[in-house]
Amino acid sequence: MYSVADLKKGLKITLDGDPYLVIAFDFTKPGKGQALYRTKMRNMINGTILDRTYRSGETFEPASLDERQMEYLYKEGSHYHFMDQQTYEQVIMEEETLGDSKNYLLENLKVDVLLFGEKAIGVTLPNFVNLRVIQTDPWAKGDTSGNDSKPATVETGYVLRVPPFIEEGELITIDTRTGDYSTRVKG
Amino acid sequence: MRAVRSFFDSCGFLEVETPLRIPANAPEEHIDPYMSEAWFLQTSPEMCMKRLLSRGYGNIYQICHCWRSSERGSKHLPEFTMLEWYRTTGDYRDLMADCEGLLKWLACGDWVETGKGFSNNILAAFGNTAEQITVEEAFGRYASMGMQAAVREGVFDEIMVTLIEPSLPRNRPVILKDYPAEMAALARLKEDNPAIAERFELYVNGLELANGFSELIDPSEQLERFIEANYRRNQAGSSPLPLPEPFLVDLASMQPAAGIALGVDRLVMLLCGAERIDDVVSFTPEEL
Repeated sequence: MYSVADLKKGLKITLDGDPYLVIAFDFTKPGKGQALYRTKMRNMINGTILDRTYRSGETFEPASLDERQMEYLYKEGSHYHFMDQQTYEQVIMEEETLGDSKNYLLENLKVDVLLFGEKAIGVTLPNFVNLRVIQTDPWAKGDTSGNDSKPATVETGYVLRVPPFIEEGELITIDTRTGDYSTRVKG
Repeated sequence: MRAVRSFFDSCGFLEVETPLRIPANAPEEHIDPYMSEAWFLQTSPEMCMKRLLSRGYGNIYQICHCWRSSERGSKHLPEFTMLEWYRTTGDYRDLMADCEGLLKWLACGDWVETGKGFSNNILAAFGNTAEQITVEEAFGRYASMGMQAAVREGVFDEIMVTLIEPSLPRNRPVILKDYPAEMAALARLKEDNPAIAERFELYVNGLELANGFSELIDPSEQLERFIEANYRRNQAGSSPLPLPEPFLVDLASMQPAAGIALGVDRLVMLLCGAERIDDVVSFTPEEL
């Protein structure tokens, strides 16, 4: 159990059954009045921002969060299945919860899954993933139009801009933090 | 600090010093003092300064440190610098005039020319005539509920902090006046309306800078209010505080007066355009 005195940026608490991350916090006290603790919190599942004001004496339930390494198995409709390789326990995450992370999920990729109780609420990807280009227009030699990039689709269905010399079937490295092309993988 | 002193010196105030470590502060529901052996560090210099008044001193001021336990935020330090002054003639309206006079003095003095990095917006605001708003008007203007209803439902402070303070005009000083009697432990009540205390707060740029009031000089009523404050402390789970007995004795011989406390660190914050009180002190508690 946390008290208002424990409130600080980065604290994770449970509110109305959801995990929240405290993103801003200030102590204030109007003249001769009672101490008030103003907080801004982000719902860790849907990203909603919440402003709440607390008084001294109020308490909070800590959010019990756990991060475990799991392997991405397969997708079924909008459900993404992951498996803990130690316990063989499986969890399912909604496409909506995954957000942009779904662009880089290739079968057998190892990721860190954030669990709130039994519920998977997010994944931490490796900073770089290698994905194969499945469709892109060939490079027209002598193209003087000045375009220094072209669209390419990779095996997860994600479309990004790549340099003109990248060809179909090549393996490229993508920075998962920005979603941008990083390098071509030789071989 | 020199400019602040020169203002009060030019107005004929006497600068005083009183002990920082005292046997008892005025018990207040929401202020927790630090202990120093069996005594306390002062939460405000008012006990000793009012005793000076009751012994015949005229207009006095003091700049000193005060301590309030567990108050730490972007605008709060547990040890801070207070400017406190008293007028032995007149009431809280004279203090409002002092506030305006002081801010104008600070905005217009020669020192502004020589100092660097002062916030021009704030200097302009300091130079403007203050807008006076009663607390009741402020609730009507900025809140969804009346002042008395807010007191009854225990949400007065929340509304003040979340709705009223952020909405106050910023281009001039604002004097928020006439607080509910429940919100003024040492203030005199209005003769024609005992539900309202002659208390005001000075705001600049939405920042609460000073709290002043016409002093209550009836020792038995003051004693009752101290006992009430201790009763409420007890109910809220904080320990009751000892009563300042010699102050209560001296209060019987005190003439009508008005007193005000101004947060010097916050005044400096405004002048420098600082966002956090940490930026205007030499060391914060966390750095010690």
